[in-house]
Amino acid sequence: MTFIKKTLTTSIALAAASTFAVSAAQAQMSDDEVRIGYLADMSGTYRDLAGPGGLEAMQMAIEDFGGSVNGAPIEVLSADDRNSADVGANTVRAWIDRDNVDMIGGLVASSVSIAVTKVVEENDGLAIVSGSAASSITNEHCTPNHIHYVYDTYPLANGTAKAVVEQGGDTWFMLTADYAFGHALEGDVTKVVEENGGEIVGTIRHPFPTNDFSSYILQAQGSGAKIVGLANAGSDTVNAITTASQFGLTQSGQQLAGLLIFLNDVHALGLQATQNLLLTTGWYWDMDDQAREWSDRYFDRVGARPTMVQAGIYSSTMHYLKAVDAAGTDDPEVVRAQMAEEPINDFFARNGQIREDGRMIHDMYLAQVKTPEESTGEWDLYEILSTIPAEEAYRPLSESQCDLVQN
Amino acid sequence: MTMIFGVPLAVFMGQITLGLVNGAFYALLSLGLAVIFGLLKIINFAHGAQYMLGAFAALLGLEYLGINYWLALLLVPLVVGAFGMVLERYLLRRIAHLDHLYGLLLTFGLALILEGTLVNFFGVSGARYPTPEVFQGGLNLGFMFLPTYRAWVLVAALAMCLFTWFMIERTRLGAYLRAGTENSQLMQAFGVNVPLLITLTYGFGVALAAFAGVLAAPLYPVSPTMGSSLLIVVFAVVVIGGMGSILGAIITGLSMGIIEGLTKVYYPEASNTVIFLVMILVLLLRPVGLFGKEA
Amino acid sequence: MADSQSLSQTPSEAFSKTSAVLERQRRAKIRRNLFYLALVVVGLVAPFVAYPVFLMKVLCFALFASAFNLLLGYAGLLSFGHAAFLATGGYITGYLLASYPGLTPELGIIAGTLVATVVGVVFGVLSIRRQGIYFAMVTLALAQLVYFVYIQAPFTGGEDGLHGVPRGELFGFINLSNSLAMYYFVFAIFIFGFAVIQRTVHSPYGQVMKAIRENEPRAVSLGYNTDAYKLVAFVLSAALAGLAGSTKTVVFQLASLTDAHWHMSGEVILMTLLGGVGTLLGPITGAGIVVSLQHVLGQSPLGNWVSVILGIIFVVCVLSFRSGIIGELARMYNKNFK
Repeated sequence: MTFIKKTLTTSIALAAASTFAVSAAQAQMSDDEVRIGYLADMSGTYRDLAGPGGLEAMQMAIEDFGGSVNGAPIEVLSADDRNSADVGANTVRAWIDRDNVDMIGGLVASSVSIAVTKVVEENDGLAIVSGSAASSITNEHCTPNHIHYVYDTYPLANGTAKAVVEQGGDTWFMLTADYAFGHALEGDVTKVVEENGGEIVGTIRHPFPTNDFSSYILQAQGSGAKIVGLANAGSDTVNAITTASQFGLTQSGQQLAGLLIFLNDVHALGLQATQNLLLTTGWYWDMDDQAREWSDRYFDRVGARPTMVQAGIYSSTMHYLKAVDAAGTDDPEVVRAQMAEEPINDFFARNGQIREDGRMIHDMYLAQVKTPEESTGEWDLYEILSTIPAEEAYRPLSESQCDLVQN
Repeated sequence: MTMIFGVPLAVFMGQITLGLVNGAFYALLSLGLAVIFGLLKIINFAHGAQYMLGAFAALLGLEYLGINYWLALLLVPLVVGAFGMVLERYLLRRIAHLDHLYGLLLTFGLALILEGTLVNFFGVSGARYPTPEVFQGGLNLGFMFLPTYRAWVLVAALAMCLFTWFMIERTRLGAYLRAGTENSQLMQAFGVNVPLLITLTYGFGVALAAFAGVLAAPLYPVSPTMGSSLLIVVFAVVVIGGMGSILGAIITGLSMGIIEGLTKVYYPEASNTVIFLVMILVLLLRPVGLFGKEA
Repeated sequence: MADSQSLSQTPSEAFSKTSAVLERQRRAKIRRNLFYLALVVVGLVAPFVAYPVFLMKVLCFALFASAFNLLLGYAGLLSFGHAAFLATGGYITGYLLASYPGLTPELGIIAGTLVATVVGVVFGVLSIRRQGIYFAMVTLALAQLVYFVYIQAPFTGGEDGLHGVPRGELFGFINLSNSLAMYYFVFAIFIFGFAVIQRTVHSPYGQVMKAIRENEPRAVSLGYNTDAYKLVAFVLSAALAGLAGSTKTVVFQLASLTDAHWHMSGEVILMTLLGGVGTLLGPITGAGIVVSLQHVLGQSPLGNWVSVILGIIFVVCVLSFRSGIIGELARMYNKNFK
């Protein structure tokens, strides 16, 4: 079916090309349109991380690009994956099969992203994962058909753990979400802490999800560790931080290290609960003039400051469109190669480069959450402490289990 | 240091205290379910959503109307309870004559609507409700640092439980209620306005959930999904205790809180599941529940 | 009443009447079989008209809802935990097929279904100790327990889910990566499941089930071990739900926590209720509508409102549309054509 449809479209396009002498570039576009599918959680847990704001960022990129590429208009389709891998996979399968969607963007929940990249690989499409945390997406689950853009757990855990130990936080108590994701995060942190001369003095594996963290915080307080590391995500991290603040954890001399916490979480929690928290981020809206300029435009449209994921969606869409323009085709393989060719330096990424495993590496930043006294406004939340160079931040290719990497 | 099963006594005591705080929520919510079940014979699946509405009403009241915590504690249960009465009067009553499973399904649908709507307006990250000024800080109990607010939650929830028990077991209105539970047709024959009694009862049960929601607001992030997962645990608590008695619901709620709290020390991996395991045990040994009456 | 009337008739009158009744029943049966045949033809042609992957999803959920309906519609038991069986079937099949490349898909599906059946026995033994509303709560709580187990168990991949399940080759020689081949395999499984349900409902066992649903004390007094009957219904329902889950995993090549979540248990209730509880075609219709609705709404501006809309359908169904679409159609048909 798909084959027939594609051949049919091609032959029609060829006929059109010969009859009306359309420009050569246009004939190389799969149909006379570039279609981008935005798939994300629009209503659930990750809504505020990417969600409708991410779609807006994508549309901004398309408008800024001029609305068409190589003479072909750019169309956006969007869908809510409701954090369900099979909803996500089905939507994408239909998009590629029936709607000739050329690129899938957004992609937040790791389960959805992994499922989607499998579908994209099977159907020879292209996906840019912007919102997911799992570093496995470009490790054991890597494919030649997708790119992982904004961040993953590796720089988040490593950057934060290393910096904290260097600042003297050498005894750690780990609060780990008891499932594959938490275990992986805990493993990464343990390795970095021990390599840098620190020590893990205790670990609690709590079920996912957990609503009440008071018991665990009490045990963390009793452990005497200097740092309480949160190897969990989303609502668990938020609940743990809230409870820690209620129990005066930081007042009694301990410090929290958030391994997977985002701007929207800090905003929701408030500075009272999160002050002094150390974290690693891929981007911060107020980090320099370029970032601020773009964020102001985003703010005018959305009414909130962008997260790094939303900014990354703009940047990746722009990078994709430029590659389509330069390559003169929307053929996934060619575009993917073109994207990897070109380094990325824009308001979002510094020293950005797409590696052969599909990982987009770029400079990451160690940040500390401001105290309520330091903050000057609702969104004045982070202070950037240092830059972690792209090469150091991400998992080195020498440790990669990806089939595309020759070791 | 005195040790209990390999855990210092202080930690042990601390965990029991924290377990009691959680248990107080289980008690309040299962109490509300039991009150509603008594007269309407339905399981109120919207109970979690109504608990969540309580927390949200407190939050929005503070943000937009400047209603402080104490006023919220009084007003929110009334408002949400009134909303519950409207639901009973115009929706639940229409299916009261049918199999009670329809009531369960109807309230399930209502829960979906309430949660989904709030998700669209407020997202799911959850917002913070500030701890009231008087409850800032904590108490040094010798064996632990207990945030004052948690101590207050325990006191307030227990007081509300006792108040409910008193209302139902010791007042005239409560007597009607108990009689209605036994035989509502006879009550009607004696000239008691049973439909009104049912509406009031449902409203009261909902108000209890909203009260628990206001109490929870400063403890947990206020989010549209805060009620649904809690509700399933409360269902297990209800199955364990049986819905036969008011005191039974309170005692079961508190003791499940303690069991859960201790699991968090000895085997934290199972702390989400322990209550369900207790439920299985009870089903095997005493299928009607600890306080349930033999059918 | 009918019996006493026929007793007062003369034998010949009674005979002609009986034969008329038999004739009518025979015709009804032919009509029914023709109708089923027409549906099978529609099913066979469908993948050439509609998108096969979408159809397969509908078929999996139609089987799931039919399995659920066997319990609610014919045994009167409302389970709020059927997601557990769907997920168990899916995870076991997915894990086996992904870890043992030599395994053919049909064996993987059988294994998944068997494990789901075992889980069904455990659920059944525990939950039929309580009735009505308690039964719903017990099944919900047990399913939640299963959900937590699947989050923590290493083989499920936790929140990331289980990915890369190969479709493989059916019986070792039919390549299922072909959408059409896959579709007809799913369709065959669906027909099998539907036939099992149809046979069960119309069997003597099914009649006893209905008697228990209508009046349990009466059935007990007639000497039926009602708990045993209910348990059998529960286990059968769980097995078929597991079959649906196993098949679904092979189709989509993944298993995820969505299938184990209590929302899924709610969705299957909605499918059944919307289509018509206690009708054979109702759950299928309901599944088709709910799956299409989610599909269409998910890509429209109303995408964020899916769960609200499902909730509204729930409320409307319960308030004023309790016999569901098929139930209402049957009523209209009986009124106008009989």
